[in-house]
Amino acid sequence: MTATAPVGVADHSPGHGHDHTPATGISHTKLAMWVFLGSECLLFGGFISTYLLYKTRGNGRTLPTEVFDIPFTSVSSFVLLMSSLTMVLALSAVNRGDDEAGRVWLLATALLGGVFIGGQVYEFTSFVREGVAFTTNPASSAFFTLTGFHGMHVSLGIVMLMSLFVASVKGKLTRDNAETVEIVGLYWHFVDIVWIFIFTVIYLIPPD
Amino acid sequence: MTVTEDTPLALESGDLPRYADRPLGVLTRPQGGNGWRDWVSTVDHKRIGIMYGAAAMFFFLVGGVEALLIRWQLAVPDGSVLGASVYNQLYTMHGVTMVFLFIMPLAAAFSNYFIPLQIGARDVAFPRLNALSFWVWLGGALFLNSAWLVGGGGADCGWFCYAPNSGLTFSPSPGVDFYTIGLLILGVASLVSSINLIVTCLNMRAPGMTLMRMPVLTWMLLITQFLLLFALPVITVALFLLMFDRLFGAQFFDPGAGADPLLWQHLFWIFGHPEVYIIILPSFGVISEVIPTFSRKPIFGYEFMIFSGVAIGFMGWGVWAHHMFVSGIGPISVAVFSLSTMFIAVPTGVKILNWLATMWGGKLRFTVAMKFAVATVAMFTIGGLSGVTHSVAPADTQQTDTYYVVAHFHYVIFGGGVIGLFAGLYFWWPKVWGYMLDEKLGNWNFWLMLIGFNLTFGPMHVLGLQGMSRRIDTYAAGYGFEFWNMVASVGSLLIAASVLFFMINVWRSKRTAADRPPPGPDPWDARGLEWSIPSPTPVHNFDEVPVVRGRDEWWHRKYGTTDDGRVVMVATAEEAAQTGDAVGVHLPSPSFWPLAVAVGLPLIGYGLIFNLWLCVIGALITVVSIYSWAFEPVDDPDADHGHDSGAGDDHEDGHEVVGLGGAAGAGAGAQQP
Repeated sequence: MTATAPVGVADHSPGHGHDHTPATGISHTKLAMWVFLGSECLLFGGFISTYLLYKTRGNGRTLPTEVFDIPFTSVSSFVLLMSSLTMVLALSAVNRGDDEAGRVWLLATALLGGVFIGGQVYEFTSFVREGVAFTTNPASSAFFTLTGFHGMHVSLGIVMLMSLFVASVKGKLTRDNAETVEIVGLYWHFVDIVWIFIFTVIYLIPPD
Repeated sequence: MTVTEDTPLALESGDLPRYADRPLGVLTRPQGGNGWRDWVSTVDHKRIGIMYGAAAMFFFLVGGVEALLIRWQLAVPDGSVLGASVYNQLYTMHGVTMVFLFIMPLAAAFSNYFIPLQIGARDVAFPRLNALSFWVWLGGALFLNSAWLVGGGGADCGWFCYAPNSGLTFSPSPGVDFYTIGLLILGVASLVSSINLIVTCLNMRAPGMTLMRMPVLTWMLLITQFLLLFALPVITVALFLLMFDRLFGAQFFDPGAGADPLLWQHLFWIFGHPEVYIIILPSFGVISEVIPTFSRKPIFGYEFMIFSGVAIGFMGWGVWAHHMFVSGIGPISVAVFSLSTMFIAVPTGVKILNWLATMWGGKLRFTVAMKFAVATVAMFTIGGLSGVTHSVAPADTQQTDTYYVVAHFHYVIFGGGVIGLFAGLYFWWPKVWGYMLDEKLGNWNFWLMLIGFNLTFGPMHVLGLQGMSRRIDTYAAGYGFEFWNMVASVGSLLIAASVLFFMINVWRSKRTAADRPPPGPDPWDARGLEWSIPSPTPVHNFDEVPVVRGRDEWWHRKYGTTDDGRVVMVATAEEAAQTGDAVGVHLPSPSFWPLAVAVGLPLIGYGLIFNLWLCVIGALITVVSIYSWAFEPVDDPDADHGHDSGAGDDHEDGHEVVGLGGAAGAGAGAQQP
């Protein structure tokens, strides 16, 4: 009576016994990352809006915009953007089965991200020396919160990249699970794009 | 969870417990059964749904007791039951508990249990993440309420927690810190859950289950998940700012330092208004399943139902500032938000019309579930209409911060949300537990709740228009407030009695279940795929993944149309239903790591408030657990992969194999006596 296909009982592939072909054609994990990144847009949107509201509220003390070092931040922004390139090269290498090159590019991506984080640490400490600390005024609180959250995201990305690197050294990252690299890459590129927004809106557009 | 073929429910004498030879001891993956290990390590969407539901009902009682204390205090003028400070904490924690710890998790229970069943899936897309959502949620809920014990009292800033009242100046005790960190933890749970369920809905539909064939409940829950996905990060921002202000001396909400307290209001309500729809849409979905079933008609205007839900989801983002008409946002903003608020009544009105049109000319059966559903439509309409009066900004200015607002949102949230979810409880109870709830006790439950609800919140319209303020712990005699306050307090006792009847009903129905005939797969002659499988649901859900040929697939397997257009039954539910005795269905392995990850988060929270060293411990637990999780194979290597039935495989230790029908039933239904 019931029209049922002979799928289900027999439709398990090793490792993913509970799922079948995704209806969208995008794997569960990749779709989940896209959905998560959609949520992240609102998170950074909230922090960026907060900074824009507060950027001129100095409470009589130094504003973050007065101590920006645009050339320095430009260089570290360039470093971060280049890491997107190495990320793509890493994915490409893993995709064609060149594990050695994949490891090199993964490490390079993590290193470039690390340089960016180092630059941010330097920038924060020099700002504090120049009198703009987390609690100085609403503008500084908003600045450190926004860039700090971005820095946390980059750091988390570095942890993921290094985990991939270790997995690759142990031989657990091969062509078959190249999609994991792609998904970490989605996150990494997203964090880079957010920085393009932050750099443009926070650093380059002068306060009125 | 899964009953393995080589694991009898009772160990034969002489058998060692299967954990004995495992190096991880208690953290070894259990392979089936019904002990506490199996529940805390379960990744079964049905068990997770049940745990969400049970925990939500517990917090319903907690929030209910808080509400009763409020009504006790307000029953007579110059009430002296509670002091002002305790009163502030009680109404805050009542709101927070009912919204975040009762309605949302009860809706999560329905999402977890029924989305996979309605789309013909065996589980959600990420079973372990699903378990993580529940445990993180539970940790956050306990953390939030632990403020009563270790935080010197609950938060006292209202559930909306407006700045600068939430700052250290006006709220120096750590109650508000428990609020910020508690809600952040709950947010993690909801975010993970929303991603999981969105992927499940989009990716795991059975063959033929196109989006426009999905049941309305699944659709409304999907829209709810999208609202959660985009609303949660906004309140996350707000909560972080407030937490930084209070714990680390940031300057986000201190007007003295030039900060703008309205920033909090905007961020909170950009989250808070979609939150209203997060609360109401699951209930809309539930009654959209109940009403067609008991009207013996398909839902009227399915496409309109779906698209008005989607429209509500979109427009819900453009109305937040109607919570802020008196905050001085300027005439243009007021006019814009006033208009958008009036417009959002349109898709909601469409839904109400469609429910009525579904019932029109139908063969109505007023079961308890149907009564709750119809009451939902009526009560929500009242709440919706008083909502439209709020959209008129001049009227709203008069009503702001009065009991009129309290009346309005209780009609929407309790009358629309909670009563609708009760319809769902009565409707799906036999599917989950394998026995029906008693209709007679259910009627007591229903009528007491409906009458008590209207007695409690109806008079608040009058009190509000008379000028009685919200959030004030007492009122003086002689303003004409006495009578209606007493009525409201009596009404609240009736609501409490109705909840008592619900609990008695559960207890009695369960105890007498064995004396009554089992409900069978489809006791209501219903329409969705969840009724095509035995009650209670087998562990593996579907013996064979169904192929869907249209909307209301299950109905069309039971009924056909003759040449002259008459509807005739072509198969009984028992004939058409699956038997639940499939063997060899492979299910995801249970895991302890979701629970372990979740344990770390409240520790980090306590650490932020009391001692940063606790943060280190919490973070260590979380990080180690995340890595252990990542390196734990999704499928237990000790458990061989599932195999086809009757293929003559030898069953080694730990096979994730569903045994015979009886054993499968025992696996899912072992909660029964």
